[in-house]
Amino acid sequence: MTKSDPFAGERLKHSPFHPRQAALNLRNAWSSWNGTQFADYYYDAEYEYFCIRNSCATYDICPMQKYEISGTDAEAMLDRMVTRDVTKLKENRVTYVCWCTDAGRMVDDGTIFKLGPDRFMLTCGSPSLAWLRKCTYGYKHLTVTDISDTLAGLSFQGPTTCEVLKKMGLMDIETLKPFGIMHFPFGSGSLMVSRTGFTGDLGYELWVQTDLALALWDALYDAGEDYGIQPYGEAATNMARLEAGFIMPGMEFNEALKTVHFHHDQTPFELGLDWLVDFKKARFNGRSALLIERERGPEYTLIKLDIEGNKPAEGSYLYRNKRCTKQIGYVTSAMWSPVVKANIALAMVKTKHLGENIWAEIYYEKELRQNSKVAKCTLQKKPFWAPPRARATPPQPF
Amino acid sequence: MTDYDAIVIGAGHNGLICAAYLARSGKRVLVLEASDSVGGLAATREFHPGFRTSVAHAISQFSAKIARDLDLSTHGYTPGEAMATVGLDEAGNHVILKGSTVSGVGPDDTAEFIAFRRMMQRYSDVLKPFSLKTIPHIGKNSFSDIATFAQMGLKLRLLGKEDMQELLRIMALPARDLMDEKFDSGLLKSLLSWDGLIGSKQAPRSPNHTVLSMLYRMIGDHGGDPAIPAGGIDSLISALAEAVMAAGAEIRTSTPVERIKIDGGEKGLSATGVVLADGKIITAEKIISAADPKRTFLDLVGVDNLEIGFTNRIQRLHSDGYVAKLHLALSGLPDFTGLESPDGRMIIAPELDVIEFAYDDAKYGGLPEHPVMEIVIPTLKNASLAPDGQHVLSAHVMYVPHDLKGGWTAAARDQLCERVIDTIARYAPGIRQQILHQELLTPYDIAQSYNVTGGHWHHVEFTLFQMMMMRPTYEAAQYTTPISGLYLASAGCHPGGGLMGGPGHNAAHEILK
Repeated sequence: MTKSDPFAGERLKHSPFHPRQAALNLRNAWSSWNGTQFADYYYDAEYEYFCIRNSCATYDICPMQKYEISGTDAEAMLDRMVTRDVTKLKENRVTYVCWCTDAGRMVDDGTIFKLGPDRFMLTCGSPSLAWLRKCTYGYKHLTVTDISDTLAGLSFQGPTTCEVLKKMGLMDIETLKPFGIMHFPFGSGSLMVSRTGFTGDLGYELWVQTDLALALWDALYDAGEDYGIQPYGEAATNMARLEAGFIMPGMEFNEALKTVHFHHDQTPFELGLDWLVDFKKARFNGRSALLIERERGPEYTLIKLDIEGNKPAEGSYLYRNKRCTKQIGYVTSAMWSPVVKANIALAMVKTKHLGENIWAEIYYEKELRQNSKVAKCTLQKKPFWAPPRARATPPQPF
Repeated sequence: MTDYDAIVIGAGHNGLICAAYLARSGKRVLVLEASDSVGGLAATREFHPGFRTSVAHAISQFSAKIARDLDLSTHGYTPGEAMATVGLDEAGNHVILKGSTVSGVGPDDTAEFIAFRRMMQRYSDVLKPFSLKTIPHIGKNSFSDIATFAQMGLKLRLLGKEDMQELLRIMALPARDLMDEKFDSGLLKSLLSWDGLIGSKQAPRSPNHTVLSMLYRMIGDHGGDPAIPAGGIDSLISALAEAVMAAGAEIRTSTPVERIKIDGGEKGLSATGVVLADGKIITAEKIISAADPKRTFLDLVGVDNLEIGFTNRIQRLHSDGYVAKLHLALSGLPDFTGLESPDGRMIIAPELDVIEFAYDDAKYGGLPEHPVMEIVIPTLKNASLAPDGQHVLSAHVMYVPHDLKGGWTAAARDQLCERVIDTIARYAPGIRQQILHQELLTPYDIAQSYNVTGGHWHHVEFTLFQMMMMRPTYEAAQYTTPISGLYLASAGCHPGGGLMGGPGHNAAHEILK
């Protein structure tokens, strides 16, 4: 008789791509995401980052939560839940959405895939079944299925991705527009490709049933061999998304349902997601609170900063005077951006101080000695990185 | 131009009261009632040829201010005399309560009862001014809101240190603990707990509820003693209906509302009318629902028009009815062993444990082995309810689940009905020979016939977390709702259930602000 594992419930699950990813994780640099063992990086985070920007790379999105929502009430339910107008979403299209509590505080962001007239897929970073149960109460013609463990997702990002997919035999993939979806026969099943991603660059997300995951990996890596294909982990993702100006839960925003302290969560207006909030819609959750917020203006505003020097302003406080006595906000994410060649950051600043000077108090270590400096910050209006190739259809051939 | 200034959904007493106030202030008011008569659970109907009765069979706290404001006396309403509460004993050694007197218990219990009654009356007086007041939002901090809270605090403080400490101590105490502290007689303990328990899914050992419910009952004219108006319950309802019509409002019965019409605009949602079963739309500036909160929001408004957190707060409201109603048509006046006349409110609950065990049976979906109940003979106050010399017996029977395990089959109904009659026959041995007809309404029947979710008398259970500014839930506890133009005026609002009238009165006050 085998001895039962006393930690069985605590062990991390393996992603369907795990056998291939484990072989490539030279540094054994694992962390976890939603209970799945998950690479922080495989070989070197910066190298992986450069693959995203210069060739192509894969990122395991199996631990991301996926829900299939179907039935004649599915559209109405989602339309009430999210701030954007879901009724405008066409079949085989994806839209980026956020959803809020009654008080207009952001619960999470994610994407909605419209897969059929009454069939949608919702993706998001954190498990959301309890929330969805609340959202679906009162809708009779609706089923929500957690397909997180049955549908494997592989994000495939970088300028050569389209070329690799063509080489893999995906006919007409170059005609797929941003946020579009195409379906291809694959093995015994089918492969869904959406032109989506979290890097601000050309890229796709590939979706298959889990039993086809390894076959997909092998086909993709065969086709990508000459195009510099490489897996990347959490660290490189975080660099790429920051350059693109994308927000990250736990960094830019705190999920409202997990926030204990009053107003330590955020509203879409604070996060610069005004464009997601569609007041032409008479009904969506948090509308009345957000209407008040729009009129009054958000307390904080998420901004993009170009900071002088090259010391990343991670965790820095922001001030409106160089003496650093009048604090106006804090940095949420910061890095030296290799592709922009600038010291960039996302930061939350009290809206009323937006027109004023911003100084960052940066602490950094130099060979075990702690140093600090005060650096001038310049407000950036546009994303740090938004190359035309990210949106070009057809993408540039290689 | 809308068809009306205000449409009131539901012609229960709260709907009628709200409509009367609105009409008296010059509004064009329409009252829509789904059933064929007004009065809701207090409507009087024929249950056997020549025999009539209502689900609600006595009044303990109908507001005298409302009666005055609406000139109910000119419309035929005369408040009744206080009735005695009789704790029935099989051998005839009954315990009888009336006002601050008690008989049938020993000298210690008598002395303790007098002190207890005085204490409870002092506490009840603290609450009394707030029953006809809107309990403010928490966190809005307007002057009048703060003034109301300050008044509450002051009232409490003026009780004096000892009384205040004692009130805070017993407020959420189970009835059982309080009774065991003070009294010896099992029957007396049952009687005193009864008004804190009836109508709810709570038993003597349940915390958070009983004492407050007792205090609420005592707000009434006779310190909580029940009464039947001179012309019966019907005289209150017909006086209210007449007051409504005399003020110029219109009442339409047999007109069920299919849903409330909600329109969306830039500023949000507003209620603009009602849609009837035949698809006809009637418009109004204000829609007032006197239907229970679950029915109002989940059925008539619809979740599409509500926010998610709010919907779930309404959905999880405790509103399971646990009282069945027995109506007997009798060939003569029943003879209760050792009782001169059955003209009081008679309670069958010999011990607190009997109540508790009846609850235990019901809470797991079963029928009570030994049902407990409250009985009145309404024909003693209003002889017109039955043919000459004949009588009606009306009993509230606890605890009977809305969701009976195995469903409410005819056999289950018969079984309960027989069990209840057997129980009564132990105290009135000749009653079986007098029965001309029997009718048992389960909470399920009450829910179906009277459009009340769960068949719950109070629409929303009286518990600490569903009272005052949390009744039925925040964002809807001031008679307004998240939807502009939509108001609540049902027992599911503060101050709540029973034939009290507070919700209808307070809602009208808010609407006319």
